[in-house]
Amino acid sequence: MLETVGVENVDDLFHQIPDALRLDRPLDLPPAMTEIELESHMHSLAAKNVGPGSRVCLLGGGAYDHFIPAVVDEITSRGEFYTAYTPYQAEASQGSLQAFFEFQSLICELTGMDVSNASLYEGGTAVSEAAFMAMRVTRRHGKIVVLGSLHPEYRSILDTYLTHLDCEVVVVETPQGTADLAAVEAALDDKTAALIVQQPNFFGSLEQAVELTELARKHGALSIVSCDPISLGLIKRPGDYGADIVVAEGQSLGIPLQYGGPFLGILACREAYMRKMPGRLIGRTTDRQGNPCYVLNLQAREQHIRREKATSNICTNQGLMALRATVYLTLLGKQGLREVAESSCRMAHYAAEQLTAIDGIELLFDRPFFKEFAIRYTGDINELIGKACDAGFDIGPTMSQFNLPGCDDSSQALLIAVTEKRTRTEIDQLAKALGG
Amino acid sequence: MRNTLATRSLFELSKPGRRAAIFPKSDVPSRPLDELLPANQLATDLPTLPELAEPDVVRHFVNLSTLNMSVDTHFYPLGSCTMKYNPKRHERLCSLPGIVDLHPYQSENDIQGMLQILFELQESLAEISGLPAVSLQPAAGAQGELAALLVAAAYFRERGENRTKVIFPSSAHGTNPASAALAGFDCVQLKGTSSGLVDLDDLQAHLDDQTAVFMITNPNTLGLFEQDIAKISDMLHDAGGLVYVDGANMNAILGKTRPGDFGGDMMHYNVHKTFTGPHGAGGPGAGPIAVRDFLADYLPGPIVSRENDGAGEANYRLTTPAKSIGRVRSFFGNIGILLRGYCYLRTLGADGLREVSEDAVLNANYLKVLLKDVLPTPHGERCMHEFVASAQTLHKEHGISAMDIAKRLLDYGYHAPTVYFPLVVPEAMMIEPTETESKETLDAFVETLHKIANEDAAFLHDAPHSTAISRPDEVQAARKPVLRMTVET
Repeated sequence: MLETVGVENVDDLFHQIPDALRLDRPLDLPPAMTEIELESHMHSLAAKNVGPGSRVCLLGGGAYDHFIPAVVDEITSRGEFYTAYTPYQAEASQGSLQAFFEFQSLICELTGMDVSNASLYEGGTAVSEAAFMAMRVTRRHGKIVVLGSLHPEYRSILDTYLTHLDCEVVVVETPQGTADLAAVEAALDDKTAALIVQQPNFFGSLEQAVELTELARKHGALSIVSCDPISLGLIKRPGDYGADIVVAEGQSLGIPLQYGGPFLGILACREAYMRKMPGRLIGRTTDRQGNPCYVLNLQAREQHIRREKATSNICTNQGLMALRATVYLTLLGKQGLREVAESSCRMAHYAAEQLTAIDGIELLFDRPFFKEFAIRYTGDINELIGKACDAGFDIGPTMSQFNLPGCDDSSQALLIAVTEKRTRTEIDQLAKALGG
Repeated sequence: MRNTLATRSLFELSKPGRRAAIFPKSDVPSRPLDELLPANQLATDLPTLPELAEPDVVRHFVNLSTLNMSVDTHFYPLGSCTMKYNPKRHERLCSLPGIVDLHPYQSENDIQGMLQILFELQESLAEISGLPAVSLQPAAGAQGELAALLVAAAYFRERGENRTKVIFPSSAHGTNPASAALAGFDCVQLKGTSSGLVDLDDLQAHLDDQTAVFMITNPNTLGLFEQDIAKISDMLHDAGGLVYVDGANMNAILGKTRPGDFGGDMMHYNVHKTFTGPHGAGGPGAGPIAVRDFLADYLPGPIVSRENDGAGEANYRLTTPAKSIGRVRSFFGNIGILLRGYCYLRTLGADGLREVSEDAVLNANYLKVLLKDVLPTPHGERCMHEFVASAQTLHKEHGISAMDIAKRLLDYGYHAPTVYFPLVVPEAMMIEPTETESKETLDAFVETLHKIANEDAAFLHDAPHSTAISRPDEVQAARKPVLRMTVET
């Protein structure tokens, strides 16, 4: 090969790099490992983590321990899905394209919206992308109103994304655990591009989403609802009460926790805003023989065509995670989703009853909740966590690790999330440990 | 061959009452739902999800998968995307329960193994880039660009400098201007040059006290190393600006030169490209950024730091830099992809990594030379890890376009190269073979392209002829967008 190229050695191929810029030493990296050595190394590192073998996960805060059917892993590990890339060549990518088209369709059914894109990075950036989209739609760039009950990390991302703009992010505090409608109305005005509501909110509580959406509409702002997709097996879909843009963290839909990513950003909206959407869209069309087929559609919104005028800078998205969600939702079907939602909800309420029966533990907020709730402890919250750990349970996160404006009461509080994986026996054991 | 029954739409396959996943009956006291939740919050109808039995779900998706080309099944020389083989060993290791099932809010003490991996990855990425401070947060390359530009903006803001311009060459990836606009900068694009390299005079003409950042991909999107990069960096630094290196093409220079050594102040990696995260038909990626010391305090957090506990044991902690721009995503980052990058680096070590670039560059040059009579490369005598050939002559003389060749390649069992990018090359075909392809594969690919060049143009306009579908009608798709199936269809 060197002869064909016309060089004597490989190094001659690097003559484009001026000598002065060449690295004249080997990189200082750990030594190479064979597969056997790597396997042993990774096992020893994994053993330094406390995994699901020794703790039952009741942690929440936007990432949840829902069950993942084996089929999800089997399908998504197919090399043809796993090692393909962005389906620019439609003729050689119909598998992924149809699967993403199905993803968009299922997300529309789930949220009650008209159009879904083919994924964003995760739930937090999806909120920021929705905020930018609302500014494009309303042509209002002055203000975004968010509730204090929005996931604090999502709010932090919004602050990061908006720092350089003359756009004020107004936080309506939620000291009672959900928004006060009058306080929200007072914050909305004719400069407001969007009202962002998380439903269920960061504390697990249900907001008055219907009324909040009406308030946004009244002031000409878009209603952005960030939801837990599992909850939509039980509570009203944002599309049913008139939300304009729905975003979500899709991790609950068959994606492993893996310490926080990759997860799945979901964004769906009304048809009128279709051309203002960020991210990829898959469309159905026909080929030259008239056969139905699928293509990347409306690419003129995207960075590789529109450059600085694109609706977003996103290129690589979360295709494989969208595939996981598609397979997951298909496996669950209509009834399965209902059962997961109902089972999580019932078990969470059972857990709340058992735990608040313990001296010193009470609900932080007296608000309806779905599968997650906040408790306050009159003693040292870290002691409570320690007791749970000793009994084999992880609970949290604690509220004190977040910036939660207007939530002064939260220093001895934490979240508990309950999914369909939990059993009555486990909850009883936890209650016994915390009560002891 | 397509299984037409199994690949019908999910709603066509749906039969009321069919089930795949079954869940245990709840064993807690069964109270009416409206005692648990306010009646006005409860859904009146369930979302209309399809109802299928498990074997039908499996058959549907497995059959769909067979309609894809992928690295596991085909040569995939998609320029700029580094479609190399993804080692299977990563899959089992990154799926260990002590890794894949960790919750992002577990306490630091309970995830010391995970934090150690991430810390070591930060260290390795710092060494490979020559830029000492690393944040693993960004979810993809484009988000890395945005994060780094916000770091630059915060740095200038603190210095009281009002720098509004981001400059980039005409051959830049679309994400560069899109990220710059999102970060609030004005975009300035340089002219293209006949050499394919940055025009220093044009650059100089745009440099002033408004210049914030010059974004450069090196090697650039033509597969050429910007030989004047040291001078370019000096020019930027003299003007008070910063140099951003788009790391999309790192596969060409691992262990050979480092962005930090050629004047870069900030860069992103595409871990899914250079360090083999599976591309997943569009993602996920991971786009860590590395910066110089004076920018470290502005990085997005959290970042992993190492302390010694006094007894000689390392203790890993999450920290947020003092003047951090804040978060760019929730939780830590795209861990699954970062871990695969870690496994890859631990497999290869320094020598292996250098050989990656040597073999990638050798493979690209080999293809370039063997294709020069049929698909000549207008820019550069030699290339780095990829090259941009032009079908202009074939197009003028025989009516065969880059698109025709791309589509016909699919018939022969090759994924097409990137076509019509960068825009500076007419009838562009951007070919990146990567280091994991054998000489036999490259030879067969060359032979195929020669064969195609001699095929009838009209026949090629109708290619592909053997794929699941023929060319789609994209005009119709855009004019009357159908973006979802409905239950009725």
